[in-house]
Amino acid sequence: MTTTTTDTTTPSPHEPAFPMSRDGKCPFDPPPRGLAAQKEAPLTRVTMWDGSRPWFVTRYAEQRALLSDPRISADISNPGYPSPAPRPKGSGSPLSFILMDDPEHARLRRMVTAPFMVKRIEAMRPGVQKIIDDLLDEMLAGPKPADLVEAFALPMPSLVICRLLGVPYSDHDFFQKNSNLIIKRGVSPEDQGAAMGALIGYLHRLLALKLEQPGEDIFTDLARRVDAGDLSAADAAQMGVLLLIAGHETTANMIALGTLALLEHPEQLARLRDSGDPALVTSAVEELLRYLTITHDGRKRIAIADIEIAGQTIKAGEGVIIATDLGNRDPEAFEDPDTLDLERDARHHVAFGFGVHQCLGQPLARMELQLAYTTLLRRIPTLALATPIDQVPFKNDASVYGVYELPVTW
Amino acid sequence: MKVILDQDKCVASGQCVTAADTIFDQRDEDGIAILLDAEPSPEREAEVRQAAAVCPVLAIRLES
Ligand code: HEM
Ligand code: SF4
Repeated sequence: MTTTTTDTTTPSPHEPAFPMSRDGKCPFDPPPRGLAAQKEAPLTRVTMWDGSRPWFVTRYAEQRALLSDPRISADISNPGYPSPAPRPKGSGSPLSFILMDDPEHARLRRMVTAPFMVKRIEAMRPGVQKIIDDLLDEMLAGPKPADLVEAFALPMPSLVICRLLGVPYSDHDFFQKNSNLIIKRGVSPEDQGAAMGALIGYLHRLLALKLEQPGEDIFTDLARRVDAGDLSAADAAQMGVLLLIAGHETTANMIALGTLALLEHPEQLARLRDSGDPALVTSAVEELLRYLTITHDGRKRIAIADIEIAGQTIKAGEGVIIATDLGNRDPEAFEDPDTLDLERDARHHVAFGFGVHQCLGQPLARMELQLAYTTLLRRIPTLALATPIDQVPFKNDASVYGVYELPVTW
Repeated sequence: MKVILDQDKCVASGQCVTAADTIFDQRDEDGIAILLDAEPSPEREAEVRQAAAVCPVLAIRLES
């Protein structure tokens, strides 16, 4: 265990900058500098664009310990909260409870947990299967090659979350464009602020409409809570934006990137396609979530009290970046971590985070991914990449990793 | 084996239900976990250990 005291003012010349870039060798592997840092120590520091030097947590055990530690805050309004880019000013906590601490986080989260519980999500399977089949029918009837992102990976989870939330799917161009601006790196704070403003405005209008034209959906429920005085209109709108962004971007990227990973591992793909064993489908999805860890920007937190961990002291007020993409490749937690092995037991991965903020939508994401991969492979057994992999545009510039396009043929 | 569930900690992740659906369920109003069987039979032990291991807020405690 290392017990060196870290100087918090002067960056060492070897300290990596964050976010880190991947190398060109394997598009599925975390950045080499991150992997090297993990080998060296469970905790190190990184340098941010603004010169700040948050802690960088590289290993699985320390990551789980910190993510479930009440002395670690997700509240973005704390001075010193690590930000990978300049932030729009004055927007407070723009993404609702994902950036709040308990008890307020729990109060708001519990208002929307019911529709995501396992049995309610499982009951949605037939409807989601129908959406998948219809999209694939359409793709198969169209020209080859097709872009799997546009034809399938993006519309599928968008249609599902729109139905669940009660959002007209005809608005998807609008919210997709704006949520992309919010999760893309390098977009100016003004443009990000404007995108957020547009989404918040949209949600206010939609929630008002829900009182007049109620449906059996989450936004009708939120509108009623506002009407009853349990929830402020501003909180409801922010919660709506969080659910809308979190509910389609992530799953869409997992579908496309996961399909690419399978195409690049043909023997694994064949096993999943030909097996018909539901246990393999379940473990395959967990393994793809682990192996790809699409939320590759780390969980951002700040210490609100001193924390002793791994021979170091994280001081109150210091920023912490918990690199779950590295944790999911920690050899202490996963044997031979850089190998994609659909049969391994990867259920303890941290691709959905850990602690009180662990993904609310995980039962939905799991169900969607299980149906998406299996239906895709069953219906298109000859599915193939229609371009060399080095021509595939990867989302190296976004906080959620994936591909912008995936040209496929069959 | 005895299972102790702390509902105040639970964040309704559903992980325990996914791991051991004969032992855990989620209550209808807010998805908070409920115990169906506080003293699972030995053949359920592995699933229950799995549930405790993946609970993101360490709300599941096991006593032998
Ligand atoms: C494969 C798909 C998905 C991945 C990889 C994913 C990943 C994550 C991660 C890593 C977090 C933790 C954030 C943190 O600790 O800072 C999170 C939180 C969250 N996710 Fe997901 N997610 C996915 C799908 C979904 C879906 C379909 C929804 C549905 C609305 C959703 C809604 C949320 C919400 C609301 C939170 C905030 C929870 C909280 O702060 O208590 N996610 N997700
Ligand atoms: S795994 Fe833990 S947090 Fe998730 S539902 Fe079960 S008890 Fe609650």
